[in-house]
Amino acid sequence: MSARTLYDKLWDDHVVAQRDDGSSLLYIDRHIVHEVTSPQAFEGLRLAGRKPWRADSVIATPDHNVPTTAKERASGVEGIEDPISKIQVKTLDDNCDELGIVEFKINDPRQGIVHVVGPETGGCLPGMTIVCGDSHTSTNGALGALSFGIGTSEVEHVLATQCIIAKKMKNMLVKVDGTLGEGVTAKDVVLAIIGEIGTAGGTGYAIEFGGEVFRAMSMEGRLTVCNMAIEAGARAGMVAVDDITIEYVNGRSFAPKGEQWHKAVDNWRKLQSDADAVFDRIVEIDGSSIKPQVSWGTSPEMVLPIDGFVPDPNTEKDQVKAGGIRRALDYMGLAAGQAITDIKVDRVFIGSCTNSRIEDIRAAAQIVKGRKKAANVKEAIVVPGSGAVKKQAEEEGLHKIFIAADLEWREPGCSMCLAMNADKLGDGEHCASTSNRNFEGRQGYGGRTHLVSPAMAAAAAIAGHFVDVREF
Amino acid sequence: MKSFTEHTGVVAPMDRANVDTDLIIPKQFLKSIKRTGFGPNLFDELRYLDKGEPGRDNSTRPINPEFPLNFARYKGASILLARENFGCGSSREHAPWALEEFGIRAVIAPSYADIFYNNCFKNGLLPIVLDEKIVSSLFKSMYDQVGYKITIDLQQQSVIANGEKFAFEIDEFRKHCLLNGFDDISLTLQEAEKIKIYEQQRRTEKPWLFGAVKA
Ligand code: SF4
Repeated sequence: MSARTLYDKLWDDHVVAQRDDGSSLLYIDRHIVHEVTSPQAFEGLRLAGRKPWRADSVIATPDHNVPTTAKERASGVEGIEDPISKIQVKTLDDNCDELGIVEFKINDPRQGIVHVVGPETGGCLPGMTIVCGDSHTSTNGALGALSFGIGTSEVEHVLATQCIIAKKMKNMLVKVDGTLGEGVTAKDVVLAIIGEIGTAGGTGYAIEFGGEVFRAMSMEGRLTVCNMAIEAGARAGMVAVDDITIEYVNGRSFAPKGEQWHKAVDNWRKLQSDADAVFDRIVEIDGSSIKPQVSWGTSPEMVLPIDGFVPDPNTEKDQVKAGGIRRALDYMGLAAGQAITDIKVDRVFIGSCTNSRIEDIRAAAQIVKGRKKAANVKEAIVVPGSGAVKKQAEEEGLHKIFIAADLEWREPGCSMCLAMNADKLGDGEHCASTSNRNFEGRQGYGGRTHLVSPAMAAAAAIAGHFVDVREF
Repeated sequence: MKSFTEHTGVVAPMDRANVDTDLIIPKQFLKSIKRTGFGPNLFDELRYLDKGEPGRDNSTRPINPEFPLNFARYKGASILLARENFGCGSSREHAPWALEEFGIRAVIAPSYADIFYNNCFKNGLLPIVLDEKIVSSLFKSMYDQVGYKITIDLQQQSVIANGEKFAFEIDEFRKHCLLNGFDDISLTLQEAEKIKIYEQQRRTEKPWLFGAVKA
């Protein structure tokens, strides 16, 4: 057989049937479900009189709508104040109960953001095909899996058939060599990549992240990078399996055990692109040149290093682009030429499926330790990605560090990443956010999002404006 | 699913690149557990001057007079003309639901985000890719002519505008489903035997992939 990429291998391994028109029926090993994109799928299933093909392949948990204050969480679903959110969370509970799907309900210690829960429970494993009605499903590709987001009709399709109809994407390799500087994190790397290739740069591709930087990166960092593959337009991002992957998976509750484990590991070791595999596109970036990043506009590609200056639309020749810059400056309330470090911050959000794992929480805690939130920052919230992350952080005493610095320590969920619950930005407020999307209105009507790493967000909370964490 | 064969309709503009699905339908409307009711909130933040909430009566809200879809000349539009990377961001199928309910049957753009593109087909909405230059010329004609109409012939895979025919590409399978209004779950279930055989074999070869989720 000719040389294959990691994506080729994962794909070939899951083809049930190949159609003449080039589409394939692809088998799905793991299906993850949350409350927002599933109700219509369950309803469709019911209307057609169908049952899930393999209920035990599904993991469900509510995350988008759940409140994050301890008070509102105390009485579970019934305690959710927003009546519409409550119905949506309840609907997930009812659907899962009825169909025998295991759900980590609102106050289950394993509840959390779908993309944090999947890997940390061992529900998502190397070599799997994983889908979820959520674009950031690309996250799980960090395990050496083929993982991508789907729409609600496809959620129904996977529930009913355990398969998806798909066409193979092209292969892209994003190779980052060199060594990252002090204070430069996985988030900065992926923002720099998006800044380079653009939000549509990966459209039609599955991206493999390769090179020295990813080999040296922790699994949590790799999860952050693959999480944002979709922000570069790629439905799937992935990293080859190595010792770091295997060590991460070992011992997780749904991971194989005993003899099965050894067999699985032997198999997983092959989950790498062949040395002579051919990619349709290769992008090379020098890792040592990457600086901490801050997004200034309303698309993740509108990003700059911390020592940068907001661009001037008048120097952009492409008219559609210049219009985009003008609209973004206007929405963000920024002036062309303004220094990034001059942007004041009203709120800080540390959380989301991009940056709410234990390492992220540790990085933020390390910055704020012994310091106080700036007076002009109205609120700074730290929202762990799951019950497990919360527990671990509390065991390490990290929550106390935040509280002492006047940051708030919350209950797990998506929170201000998309503001479907009560955590929102006010009109015109600037937010240093560790989430993944700075679209207009994403974090609240009129809200202005700046995407940064956890350390950079923590530093902004202390300084009251963006600062270079390397000099902090 | 609604079928799509041939359609002629008024064209309306969404003249900016990278229109994301948050913009097409903001998140507060995603709290609905229904498949319908999203049309009145399509492009909510651009269409109205205040903030929309689910359950609110939209007819009493202040309309943004500067947003093209509110212009009288685009009333009843069923074809949306857009720029590159349309539908990027979130996987929410509420975006095509909202477009479809608003009355849009087809979108024409130089490129789309993958998930959105895929979701359209599940809802009888046809996303057409045409070369950037052609799209720009269509924009121009549309701005020049009030009530500008385009015809789309799916069988022939062509857009008929300004007396010219522009061919577009589409997957055979998707075209087939759209022309006939097929539900692809029933089509897949016709291959249930193949799925079972594959599954059986995998259970023996790689049993760890079948680890059951336990309470
Ligand atoms: S944290 Fe944000 S991006 Fe991640 S799943 Fe939740 S809403 Fe989506």
